[in-house]
Amino acid sequence: MTVKPERHVLLVFPHPDDESFSSAGLVRMYRNMGVPVTYACLTLGEMGRNLGNPPFATRESLPEIRRKELLKACEAMGIEDLRMMGFRDKTIEFEDDEKMVKLVQDLIDELNPSLIITFLPNYCVHPDHEATARAVVEAVRRMPKNERPVVYGVGFATNTVAEKGEPDVVIDITEVKEDKLKALQAHDSQTAWMIEENQKRIDEGQPMSDSWFHYEKFYTIRFDDEE
Amino acid sequence: MKEVDVQDLQKWIDSFANKDVYIHLETTNGSYATHYNEQFFNASAFIRNAKIRYEYGKVIDDNPHRVGLKLENGWVYAQGITHYELDEQGRLLMAGLNPEGKLAVALEISETPFK
Repeated sequence: MTVKPERHVLLVFPHPDDESFSSAGLVRMYRNMGVPVTYACLTLGEMGRNLGNPPFATRESLPEIRRKELLKACEAMGIEDLRMMGFRDKTIEFEDDEKMVKLVQDLIDELNPSLIITFLPNYCVHPDHEATARAVVEAVRRMPKNERPVVYGVGFATNTVAEKGEPDVVIDITEVKEDKLKALQAHDSQTAWMIEENQKRIDEGQPMSDSWFHYEKFYTIRFDDEE
Repeated sequence: MKEVDVQDLQKWIDSFANKDVYIHLETTNGSYATHYNEQFFNASAFIRNAKIRYEYGKVIDDNPHRVGLKLENGWVYAQGITHYELDEQGRLLMAGLNPEGKLAVALEISETPFK
C-alpha cells in the first residue's frame, strides 16, 4: 500500500519499544514525508523482566535506562514530539477509565491528528496494551463521526487473524528497514537477545522472518455507527 | 547487583530491622506467559511502598535463597532470591533472576518511599 501524507500522526502506546516493534517503519516514512508525529508513551516499562544474568540493571535503575533508550529510538524514527505520560507499567488497566479517555481526548484536542496508531482492542495480549487501546477507541468513538481521525490498531494475539481476518493495512517498509533496526536496537535492554538471535540466524543462513523488517500491518478500527 | 553472599546480605537485612521501612515486593511470570503457552496459569503479586516494621529478618542459605521478615503481626517473605545490592540511595534491592536473566521475584527495602 502507498503511504499517503497525513495532517498529524499520533501514536499512543504504553511501553517504550511498543512503537518500534509495531510501527517504526511507518513512522519513519511519515517523518521522511515531513508529516508531524507525536508519541504519547504512557509508562517507562518499569516492570520489564529482563535485567540480565549477570544483571545489567536493577528494578530501580531500569526506568532511567528505558527512558534513555526511548529517546534514542525516537531519534532513529525521527519523532520530535515525545510525551512521557508518567504512568506506571502494568497499572494502566487499574487507572480510572475516564481519566484515560480524557488523556486521549486532550491529546486529540491539542494535536488534531488525522491518524492515530495504537493497539487493537481484544487482540493485543498485554493488559496495558488492552487498556491503552480501549481508552483511545473510546475517546475517538465519542467524537462526531465526521471529525474522527482514522485509527490503526496493532493486533498480535494468536487468534487475531482467525477472528479478524488479515490486517487491511499492509505497509511495505523495506526502504526504511535500517531505521527500524536502529529503533529496535535503541531499546537494547529489551531487544538485545532478539537481535543477537537474529544475527545467529543470519550466520546460519536463516534470517528472522521477513515480516519483521519488510511489512508493518494494522487493522483500521471501525465504529458501530459507521458503514 | 551481585550474587547473594549470605553473611553480607544478612548484615544489610539486620540494618533495617526495627525501623519504619518501605517495601517493594513483586513476583512475576511476565505478561506474555499465557501468550507463549496457553496452558500457563499466570499469577503474580505486586506491592510497592507498603510501610512495614520488622523485628528481624533472615536469609536462608539455599540456592536460590529465601528471605523472610518477621513483623509484629505477620510476615513478609520472598523465595527465589539470587542477587542483591545496596544501591547508591542506601536501599536494599534483592531480586531473583532466572538463568535467562529475567526477573521472577523482587524484594526491596528502603527507609524512604520508592519513586
